[in-house]
Amino acid sequence: MAIFSLAFKSLLNRRFTASLVLLSIALSVSLLLGVERLRVESRNSFANTISATDLVVGARSGAINLLLYSVFRIGDATNNISWKSYEELSRHPLVDWTIPISLGDSHRGYRVMGTDQGYFQHYKYAQKRSLTFHQGQPFEKVYQAVLGHEVARKLGYRLGQDIIIAHGAGKTSFTLHDDKPFRVVGILNATGTPVDRTVHVPLQGIEAIHADWFAGRQVRGLTISADEALERDLTPKAITAFLVGLKSRIATFQVQREINDYRKEPLLAVLPGVALQQLWDLIAVAENALLIITVLVVAVGLIGILTVMLASLNERRREMAILRSVGARPGHILLLVTGESLLLSLIGIALGLLLLYAGLMLAQSYIEAHYGLHLPIGLPSFREWQILGLVGTSAVVIGLIPGYRAYRYSLADGMSIRI
Amino acid sequence: MPQTAAIEVRNLRFRWRRELPEVLHIKALEVARGERIFIRGASGSGKSTLLALLAGVNLPSGGDVEVLGETVNRLSSARRDHFRSDHIGFIFQLFNLIPYLSVLDNVTLPCRFSRRRKEKATLSGNTLHDEAMRLLAHLDLADDDLIHRPVTELSVGQQQRVATARALIGAPEILIADEPTSALDSDMRQAFLRLLFQECEETGSTLLFVSHDRQLEVLFEQHIALDEINELAQEGV
Repeated sequence: MAIFSLAFKSLLNRRFTASLVLLSIALSVSLLLGVERLRVESRNSFANTISATDLVVGARSGAINLLLYSVFRIGDATNNISWKSYEELSRHPLVDWTIPISLGDSHRGYRVMGTDQGYFQHYKYAQKRSLTFHQGQPFEKVYQAVLGHEVARKLGYRLGQDIIIAHGAGKTSFTLHDDKPFRVVGILNATGTPVDRTVHVPLQGIEAIHADWFAGRQVRGLTISADEALERDLTPKAITAFLVGLKSRIATFQVQREINDYRKEPLLAVLPGVALQQLWDLIAVAENALLIITVLVVAVGLIGILTVMLASLNERRREMAILRSVGARPGHILLLVTGESLLLSLIGIALGLLLLYAGLMLAQSYIEAHYGLHLPIGLPSFREWQILGLVGTSAVVIGLIPGYRAYRYSLADGMSIRI
Repeated sequence: MPQTAAIEVRNLRFRWRRELPEVLHIKALEVARGERIFIRGASGSGKSTLLALLAGVNLPSGGDVEVLGETVNRLSSARRDHFRSDHIGFIFQLFNLIPYLSVLDNVTLPCRFSRRRKEKATLSGNTLHDEAMRLLAHLDLADDDLIHRPVTELSVGQQQRVATARALIGAPEILIADEPTSALDSDMRQAFLRLLFQECEETGSTLLFVSHDRQLEVLFEQHIALDEINELAQEGV
C-alpha cells in the first residue's frame, strides 16, 4: 500500500498532465457507456412495446416496415387492407381477438390511431401489461378520443376538452378536420411505449372525418357536417393493419401461412418477435460500427496514459534511484509506475461514470421528448461493470509497459543517478 | 559472540559486463563498527561502483562483500534490497529528495520499505512524525514554514540536511555519504559535517564518507584512498 500512496502523490505532483489524461479517459468511458446504454435501452423500449400479440398483419411489404409503422408509428404504410379481408380473418376459428389499426392522421405532431374498444382490452406491452386509465374511460361514441399519457401531459389536455385532428402525419399540417372535433374521454397511464404518444379514436371517427374526402383530398363543394356524418354508414372501407391474438400460440405458424397465402388480397403476417429480431440484425451493423468507434476512443484515452507515463519516465530515473537507495526493490518500481497508470484509469473511470450520470440527467427529458426513449438512471448493469472492468484491465496491461521499462531502468541504473 | 566488522571486503572484483574489462579489484578492506571513515577517490576511481557493491545493488564478479557479518552478494536480490533498507542510509551528492513528497514524507521514506527501521524509529514511543521532527530539529530544520514547503524550493544545504535526516531515521548501522558536500560552500560544509558526526555518534552509525575533497579528510579519523586500494586504478595510472 505504501507504493500506492507514493503513486498517488506522484500523480498529484503532475496534476496538470494527469488531469488532461483523466479527462480523456473520463470522456471516452462515458461515451462508451452512453452508447451502450442507448443501445440497451432502445432495444428494451422496442421489445417492451408489444407483448402477447401473436401476429401483426398488414398489406404486403417488408416485415420490418410493417412492424415499424403498425406498432412503433415510425414511417408510413405502403398500402391498406380492405375491411372485408379484416372481417373475414378476424372470424378465423383459431383467432381469439384482433385489434384493427387505422393510421394517417395526426394531432399536433402526435399520430392519431383509429381502432376499436378491443384495443384497450387486448393490447399488452412490456411483460404482458394491459393499458390502464389515468383518467376517464375508453371511447364509446364516434367523436371521442383517448389520449396517450404524453400527449395529455405535453399538451396539457384534460377530460372533456375538444381536439382537432389534422390530415396527414406531419408535424404541421395545412388541412385540419376542424369541422369534426373529438372530445377527450380518457387519458391512459404512461407505458414508456409509442402508446404514450398516440391519440386513439374509434375507426368510425376516422371514417367520419373523411366522409367528405376522396382519394386523399377534400372534395370541393362537398361538406358533410359532423352530425350528417353520423347518419351515414361509418363502417371503414379499409384499415392500415391489425394485431392478432390466437387461441393457442401453437397455431401461430399455421395462421401466419394462411394469411400470407390469402387469395383475395396480398397480405403479410409477421411474428413481432421475429420482425424485431430482423430489425436488430439490421441495426446491429450500425451499432457495431458505433461500438468499434467508441472502443477506439477508449483505446486513444489509454494510449494517452501510456504516452504520459513513458514521457515522464526518463526524467524520473533519479527518483527511481533514490527509491532504490532507501530499499525499494525493482518490483516496487514496477508497481509504482503501473500503479500510477491504474490510478489514472480508475479515477478516469469514476469520473467517466460521473459524467455519464450527469449527461443522463441532463439529456433524459430531451431524449424522451424527442425520441420517445426513456433512459432510466439506474446503477450500472452487469454488462456495464464488465465493460468498466475491461477498461481497467486494459489500463493495467498498458501500464505494465512503462512499468516494465522503469523496472529495466532501475535494474540497470541501480542507485547511480543519471541526469 | 564477537562483534563482526561493519564492512569487510575480500578480493573484490567487478566488471560491468562479462565482455568488458574489470574496473575494480580490492584485495581487502575492513571498516570497524562505529568508525568514521573517509574514502578519497577522484571521479572515475570506482567510487560509485564500490558503493553500489557495498549496497548490494551490483554484484561482484569475484570475491565477497560482507556487511555487518552478512555476505551481501550471496543473498537473493529481494533479500539484498531488504538488507539495504534495514541497515544502510544513503546521502547523495545532489537532488536527494523525491520531488513530489513533503519534507516529512521524504524523511520517513525508508520506513515505508523497512519495518526494522520503522520499529527502531518509533522505539522511544514517538510516532514516525515525531521522530522525523526530532531529527529535523537536530539538523536545524524544524522550522514550521520550512517543512511545509515543497522540497524543490529548499536550498541545496537544506535539501542535504533533509536527506541526512532520511538517512538517519531508524538508526541504520551504516551511513554512506557520497559527495554530500560538493554542492555546499565551505562554511556550510563544516557545519554540515559537524551535524553529521554528531548524529552518527548519537545513533552509533558507521559513517562511510566518500569525497575527493582533501580539506575534509583531516576531520576523519580513518582515511582510505580508493586509487590505492583498487589494484586496477593503480595499474591504470
